[in-house]
Amino acid sequence: MIPLSAYVAVSAVLFMTGLLGVLIRRNFIIVLMSVEVMLNSANINLVAFSHYLESMAGQLVALFVIAIAAGEAAIGLAIIIVVFRSKISTNVDEMNLLKW
Amino acid sequence: MILVFFAYFSLVSIAAGVLTVTLRNPVHCALSLLALLMHVSGLFILLNAEFLWAVQVIVYVGAILVLYLFVLMLMNLKTDERYFHASAPYFAGLSALGSLYVLFLLLQSPFDGAKGGAPAGAVLQDGDTYAVGIKMFSDHLLQFEIVGIFLLGAIIGAIVLAKTPKTLEAGQDHR
Repeated sequence: MIPLSAYVAVSAVLFMTGLLGVLIRRNFIIVLMSVEVMLNSANINLVAFSHYLESMAGQLVALFVIAIAAGEAAIGLAIIIVVFRSKISTNVDEMNLLKW
Repeated sequence: MILVFFAYFSLVSIAAGVLTVTLRNPVHCALSLLALLMHVSGLFILLNAEFLWAVQVIVYVGAILVLYLFVLMLMNLKTDERYFHASAPYFAGLSALGSLYVLFLLLQSPFDGAKGGAPAGAVLQDGDTYAVGIKMFSDHLLQFEIVGIFLLGAIIGAIVLAKTPKTLEAGQDHR
């Protein structure tokens, strides 16, 4: 029997990896992929707690997280395509139009 | 036996996550994200969540990852010389320290709480999909509808954003 804390530890390490990717990468698409890594680690956490605390609510929330990840990927990639068309770059450091 | 599978799935998913963050070529990053998603779905199987396993494979691998790969292939990116931020080592050191501390805290916590009304035996009797469906369409109907409206908004937003440039220039003429 695997303890719940093992699953939570895997999820925490994956979350830190995704957070690191969001902070240090400069390609916008890879930043979005790191967000997917973070969402997956949250899903592991939700499903593990749902199994060990014997409730289905965790799996439902994980399902909604997957749906929201699909929407986020579609919108994010559409934004990337628009920016790429006008600036021919996907570097996050060069997207500073909304900065004040 | 379950321990072996758990060790395999968790170690490979962590390794694939690290590769997703650190590889230079974006297509290689997408492929290691594929490995990560498949091994996370293996973890779902170990947790008796077959429905989420199927959703993970179909939606994440079949739809989202293919969307990423399509955009990567469309843009034909050249990899930059400096593909990390200049301050990357500081963030990497901080997050390594942070994850070690979190691991230390997590591995000694018992994580007990109030049990819900779906023990593993009762779920396995009718199947995980049945249990998820009953729960979703009884207690969580409002969230389900909200997610439906959210997805509709996401579809419309993606279509509006990714219109052809000709209409964008026509809009600029009016200014």
